[in-house]
Amino acid sequence: MRLFLHQLRSEQRIFWRNRESAVFVFLFPVLLFLLLGTVYSGHYRGRPVTDYLTVGLIAYGVANTTFGGLAITVVIRRELGLLKRILSTPLPAPTYLIALVCSLLLAFVLQAIAIVVLGKTLYDAHLPSDRLSLVLAYALGALCFAGMGLGVASLIRSSEGASAVVNVIILPMTFLSGGFGPTRDYPQVLNAVADVLPLTYLVDLVTGIVFDGKAIWDQRSAVAVLAAWGVAGVLVALWRFDWQPRER
Amino acid sequence: MTAISVRGLRKSYDGVEAVRGIDFEVAAGEVFGLLGPNGAGKTTTVEILEGYRKRDAGEVSVLGFDPGRRERALRARIGVVLQSSELWPNLTPAETVRMFAGYYPKARPVDEVVELVGLAEKADARVKTLSGGQKRRLDLALALVGDPDLIFMDEPTTGFDPQARRAAWEMIRGLRALGKTILLTTHYLDEAQQLADRVGVLRNGSLVTVGTPAELVGSQLTEIRYRANGEPVVERTETPTRRLNELTGAALAEGRELDEIEVRRASLEDVYLDLLDEDADA
Repeated sequence: MRLFLHQLRSEQRIFWRNRESAVFVFLFPVLLFLLLGTVYSGHYRGRPVTDYLTVGLIAYGVANTTFGGLAITVVIRRELGLLKRILSTPLPAPTYLIALVCSLLLAFVLQAIAIVVLGKTLYDAHLPSDRLSLVLAYALGALCFAGMGLGVASLIRSSEGASAVVNVIILPMTFLSGGFGPTRDYPQVLNAVADVLPLTYLVDLVTGIVFDGKAIWDQRSAVAVLAAWGVAGVLVALWRFDWQPRER
Repeated sequence: MTAISVRGLRKSYDGVEAVRGIDFEVAAGEVFGLLGPNGAGKTTTVEILEGYRKRDAGEVSVLGFDPGRRERALRARIGVVLQSSELWPNLTPAETVRMFAGYYPKARPVDEVVELVGLAEKADARVKTLSGGQKRRLDLALALVGDPDLIFMDEPTTGFDPQARRAAWEMIRGLRALGKTILLTTHYLDEAQQLADRVGVLRNGSLVTVGTPAELVGSQLTEIRYRANGEPVVERTETPTRRLNELTGAALAEGRELDEIEVRRASLEDVYLDLLDEDADA
C-alpha cells in the first residue's frame, strides 16, 4: 500500500507535468463539451440536449482518459525502455500498473467533475436522482476501458503510431455510440456497427439512468457486454503485454 | 565469495544461438568486464543475469539467487544501468531519484546520490533540459539509489566524449572502492583495461578467454616487425631474444639493414583483435 501510494503520487506528478496528457487526455473532453454545448440546442426526449451532452461527454472522457491515455502512456513508456527500467527494481509489476491505471482514473474523476460543474453552471444541466447508479456505471465503464487500454497497448507495435491508432479507435467509436449526441437519426448501418462497440453500452447504460430512470441493475445486458469487453482487454494484455521495447 | 556464477549458459533467438554455453564467475567486490564486438552475446548474457530474459540452458546464480525467477529480494540488491538513457522528461533528477528510492528497502538519501553522480546543480531542472552525459549520470544514480551489492552496466560510456568517459571511470572506481561488485560490458578495450579486475572476451556467443588484463597480454607473443626487400614482415615469437639474435646476425652477415625494425609486447588490443580474428579462421 505504501508503495502503491508512493507510485500514484509520482504518476500524478508525471501526468500533470506532461503537456500532452494534461491537454489532450484531461482537457480535450472538457473543451469538446463546452463546444458542443454551445452549438447544440433544443431538446432530447423532453429535456435540454445539454443534459444528454453532459453524460455523453463524460462517457467520451472514459474512453479518452482511461482507455486512450492509458494505452498511449504504456506504449510510449515501453518503447522508451521506461517499463524495462521499472522491471529491474523491487517495485512489483502489478503495483506499478495498478498505480498507473489509478492515476488515469483519478484524472478521469476530476474531468467528470469538471464537466458536471460546467454543465450545471453554463447550461443548467440536470443530473438524475439515482446518482449512485450513474457513478457505478461510469466506474464500471472506466475499469473496463482501462482493461481494454492495456489490451490495445499490448497490440500496438510502435510509439510513433500509438496516438493515431488510439484516436482512430476513440473518435469514430464515440461518434457512433452516441457520446457526442443522440444517434436515433443515424442510418441503420451505422447503428448496426455501433451495436458491437463497447462505448455504445456505456452510453446506453448512462442515458438509461438519466432519461429512463432505470437503475444500473435494471440493465444487466449492457453491464455484461461492457464487462466482457473489459475482461477481453485484460486477457489480451495477459497474453501479449510486453515490458521491453518491441522496436530495436 | 562468489557474486555471479554462470555454467553452460545457452540462449537462442529463433533458432540462432546468441550464447553458446559459457562459463564464468565473478567474485564479490570484483569488477568484471565482458568484452566483445556487437552481436557477440554481451547484452544477452547480461540481460539473463539481470532477469530480463529466460535462459534456454545452464545454471546461473546471482548473489545466490536464480535471476530467472525474478525475486524481489534479488532486485532489491542489484542496480542496473541500461544501454538506453531515456527517462521521464518532465520530472527533475531529484524527483526521479526519489521515485526510485521509494522502491528499495534500504535506499540511500536522495541528495547524497544526486551529489555522488555530480548532478547537484541540476537537481531541480527538468530532465529534458539535461545533456546526454547528464542523463547517463542520472541513469547511474537510479542504479545506485537502492545501495546495491551488485551493479550491472551495459556499455556505460558508449557515446561519451573523452572527458565524460574519464569522469565515469572515476565513478566506477569509486564504486569498486566501496566494495560493490560490478559487471560491465564494453566494446572499448581501454575501458576494460582501465576498469576491470578480470576480462572475459566473447566472440559469437562463446567465451574465448577469461583473465586479468595483464594475464591476457602476458600470455601473448612478442611481435617483431621489419621490412625485407621492401615488404613488411611481422613475426610473433615466444623467444624474442633468440629470434632477434638470429635476424640481426643474418642481416649483419649479409651486410644489409633490417629496415624499420620494431619490437613490442602485444597490447590488450592486439590480444583482442587476435581472438576475434580466429573467428575468421574457424
